[in-house]
Amino acid sequence: MYEQFKVRAEGVSAEVHRFETKGAALEFLVRFLKDEGVSNIPGSYAVWADGPFLNETDRQLLFGLDGLKFQITRELSADARFGISQVDWALADTGTLVQDSTAIEQRLVSSLPTLHIAIAPTSGILPDMPTLLTRVTPANSGYIAMITGPSRTADIERVLTIGVHGPERLVIIFVDDLGGSN
Amino acid sequence: MGTEFRESVSKAVNNANLTGALGKFSEAYKVNRAKAYEGIDFEELRGRIAEVKSDAASRLDQLSDLFEKNATARGAKVFRTSDPARVREYILKVAQENGVKTVVKSKSMATEEIHLNPYLEKAGIAVGETDLGEWIIQLAGQTPSHMVMPAIHMTKEEVSDLFSKEVNERLTSDIPRLVSVARNELRPKFLAADMGISGGNIAVAETGSIVLMTNEGNARLVTSLPKIHIALVGIEKLIANYADVATILKALPRSATAQLLTSYVSIITGPTPNTDGSLKDLHIILMDNRRSEMAADPKFKQALQCIRCASCLNVCPIFRLVGGHVFGKVYTGGIGTILTAWFDELKKSEDIQGLCIQCGACTDVCPGKIDIPGLIMEIRRRLVQDQGLPLLQSAIYSVVNNRKLFHGMLRAASVAGKPFATGKFLRHLPLFLADLTDGRSLPAIAGEPFRDRFKNITQSKCREKAAFYAGCLIDFAYPEMGEALVKILNKAGIEVIFPEEQTCCGAPARYNGAYEVAAGNAVDNIKALLAEDVNYVISACPTCTVALDHEFISTFESLGQTEWLPKAGELAAKTVDFSTLVKRLLDQGRLTLKEGQQLGAITYHDSCHLKRTLKVSEQPRELLHKAGYELKEMFECDTCCGMGGSYSMKLPEISAPILRRKLNNIKETGAKTVAMDCPGCVMQIRGGMDQDGATIQVKHTVELLAERLK
Repeated sequence: MYEQFKVRAEGVSAEVHRFETKGAALEFLVRFLKDEGVSNIPGSYAVWADGPFLNETDRQLLFGLDGLKFQITRELSADARFGISQVDWALADTGTLVQDSTAIEQRLVSSLPTLHIAIAPTSGILPDMPTLLTRVTPANSGYIAMITGPSRTADIERVLTIGVHGPERLVIIFVDDLGGSN
Repeated sequence: MGTEFRESVSKAVNNANLTGALGKFSEAYKVNRAKAYEGIDFEELRGRIAEVKSDAASRLDQLSDLFEKNATARGAKVFRTSDPARVREYILKVAQENGVKTVVKSKSMATEEIHLNPYLEKAGIAVGETDLGEWIIQLAGQTPSHMVMPAIHMTKEEVSDLFSKEVNERLTSDIPRLVSVARNELRPKFLAADMGISGGNIAVAETGSIVLMTNEGNARLVTSLPKIHIALVGIEKLIANYADVATILKALPRSATAQLLTSYVSIITGPTPNTDGSLKDLHIILMDNRRSEMAADPKFKQALQCIRCASCLNVCPIFRLVGGHVFGKVYTGGIGTILTAWFDELKKSEDIQGLCIQCGACTDVCPGKIDIPGLIMEIRRRLVQDQGLPLLQSAIYSVVNNRKLFHGMLRAASVAGKPFATGKFLRHLPLFLADLTDGRSLPAIAGEPFRDRFKNITQSKCREKAAFYAGCLIDFAYPEMGEALVKILNKAGIEVIFPEEQTCCGAPARYNGAYEVAAGNAVDNIKALLAEDVNYVISACPTCTVALDHEFISTFESLGQTEWLPKAGELAAKTVDFSTLVKRLLDQGRLTLKEGQQLGAITYHDSCHLKRTLKVSEQPRELLHKAGYELKEMFECDTCCGMGGSYSMKLPEISAPILRRKLNNIKETGAKTVAMDCPGCVMQIRGGMDQDGATIQVKHTVELLAERLK
C-alpha cells in the first residue's frame, strides 16, 4: 500500500520519503530543515506541533537548529516557513493524509506555513476512505482533517497553480517503527 | 424570450474569452473525468448516491431534527429556518452581539442564494471572499459564472487589472505571481477576521457533522482562525449516515474537477478550542428555502439528489458557449435552471429553461442520477400551464394538431418553396420549420411526399408486417429515406404498411411545454399505428421513436390521463428504431449484405435521442462496418449537432456555433461520408455542409445500407 500511496501522493505534487527508524527520519528532517534555511528570523521559523514522534525525540538533538518553535501561536505559525506535524493515517488510493486535528495547533502548523512536513507512521496506511471512516469518527474527533497534496487552485484560466492559502510544498516522512495511533 | 435575455446570450456567444476558456475546459474535462473514474463502477456509485440522497430527501424533517440534536449535544448552536430573510438576520445578530467588524468567507452557494454579502456590508461589516475565484469576482463586482469555478469567464489580464488596482501596483499577468498576490493580500484578512462563514458540502445527521472541501485551504483557515464560525447549509446537503460521507467524497471531486480528492477535506463536529483555550462559537444554520416543497413534489424530489459538482455544466454543449451569467445571479447551467425555478421563482426560469436543447449529455454524467432535461421539460410544461403558450406558438400547434390542415400546408410549402430553392436546399420553410438561420441551408419540401410515393411501391409477399412511422421529416423532406427502409425490410421478409392517419409525433409541442397538444398527437398516432395488427412499428427518426416508445406514456402520465395508457404501452412494446431492428435481422440471417466491399472511411454522428434515450450506439456502427466501411470516429461523436427541433430556430446564435464545431469534427476525420440515424441531424448537418461548401456526403444509415444489400 505504501507504493500505491507514494504514486498517488506524488501525482498531486507531494514529496514522499520513508525511513525504517525514527532516528533515520529525524536525521533526514534536521538536515532538510538546515538545507532549506531554517533560522531565527521571521519568515524562516519552523513550528512543530505536539505528537508522539516529537515526544519520543531527544530534544537535545535539535538544539543545533535555530528557529525551531514548539510553543504554537497564530503569530508564530504565520511567520513560519516550516510547519511540522504528525498525522495519524494515510489513504493509499488517493494519496491522502488524515489527522485528528481537534487541537488547533495541528491545523495552524499545517495551514499557515508555506512548507508542511508531515510525519506519518507507515502502519497508519489504510486502503481507502471507507476503511478510514470506521477508524476515525466524529465521536472521537471534533475536527478530522484530510490533506491531499499541497494547496492548489485553477481559478485563473484553469491553470493549475500550487500554494494559494495553504502550503505550497507538502513533504511526507513515513516512519516504519513509529507505532502510530492505530 | 425577453430582449434583455437575448442580448445577454448574444453578448456571451460573442465573447471569445469566455467561449475559448469554456470550450478548452470542457474538452479537457471529459478526458480528465474519465481518467479520475478509472477502475470505478460509476453506475454502481451513482446508484448508491441517488439512494442515499433520495432517502434523505424523503425525510428531511426527521434528519434535520436528528442533526440538530446531535450537533447541539456537541455544543454547536443550530438555527433552522425556511426563510432566507431570517438567515440573514440571524447572521447579522450574531455578528453584532459579538462586535464583529470583519468576516472571511469560504465558498458557499447558499450564501449567494440569499445575497448575504450586500446585506452584511450594508450593516457596516466588511465581508471578504477568500476562495480565489470568488475574491476575483467580488473585486470585479460580478456574480459567479460557474458553481465550482466562479471566475472561469475572466482572463488573466482582467485579473491582473483587478489585482493591480487592489494593491496599487502594476502587476503582470503571470498567473503564479497573481496567485501569490492573492495569498499575501488575503492572509492578514484571515488573521484579523472576527468571524468565518462557510457553506457545507455534506451535513451528517447521525453525528451532527459538516464536511467542507476545498483545494486552496481557505476553508481550513476560515474555520480555524476566527473565534466565530457560521456554517450555512441547505437541508438538501443532509445525509443520514456518517459512512456515506465516503460515498459522496468518492464522486464529488472526481465529477467536479476530475480530482481523486480535493486537497483539503474537513469534517467538523461541534466547537473545537481556539488558541487562547476558549471554545469556538460554532453556529450551523439549516436552511430550507423551498427545499421541503421540492421534496414533496413527486417530479422534482430527485433534484435534491444533486451533490453540486457542476458536471452538468461541464458537459453541456450550450453552457460552454454561453457560460453562467446568462443563467442569472446564482445557480447556473442545467441543475441551476431547476434550482432557480424553485429557490427563486418559476417565472425566473422562463427564459433560461429555453436554453436546454434536451440532448441529455448531462444525464450521462450526473452522479446524483438526476434527469435534468426531464425536469427542465417539466418546468416548461408548468410554465405553459401557468401562462399559456405564446400566440404564435399556439397558432402553430392548432395547425399541427389538425393533421389534414398540417399536411396540406406542408404540401403547399413544396410549391411555395420552389422559387427559393437553390439546388436541394431552400432558405425558408413554413411553421416550426421557418425562420432559418445563417450557416445552414434547409431541404426543400419534397415535391411528392413519402405518403404519396409509398402507393407506387410494389412489395413482395412477406411473412411479417411492420407499420412504418415516417415522421414529418422523412414524409415531407426526405421520402427517399422511407423508400430505402421499405426496400431493406422487404428483403428481410417484412412487409411495410404506411398508416395514412399518422401525424406529427408531438415532440415539437412537448419540447415547448404544450403537453395537451402532444397528447392529442399521441392519441391520433396510437389509433393510426395500432389499427392493423403488425409485428413491429418501425421509425427511422430517433426523436419520433422516443415519442412512440416513451413519451406518449409520460405525456399522458404528466397530464393525469389514463384512458390511452394501455394502448400507449402496447405501441411502445412494438416500437423499434431502424438500426436496432436491422442489426437483429442481420444477426438472424434474414438479411445479407454484399461481401468484400471496401467502401473507404466513414464517420458516425450519434444522435442524442438514439444514444442517450434509446441507448443505441453500437448497432449502426456494426451495420456500417459490415457493409464495408472503415469507421473513423470523430472527436465528440455523441455531442449534439445543435438541431434540437425548433431550438435551432429559436436560438440560432447558439445552434450555429454548435453546428460549426460538429462540422469541423467531421471534417477532421478525413472521411468523405458521415452517417447518422436521425433525419433531423441530417437536415442540420447536410445544411451546414452545403453552406460550408465541403464535399462530404451526409447520409442516414438507411440510405447507405439500402445500396449494400445482397
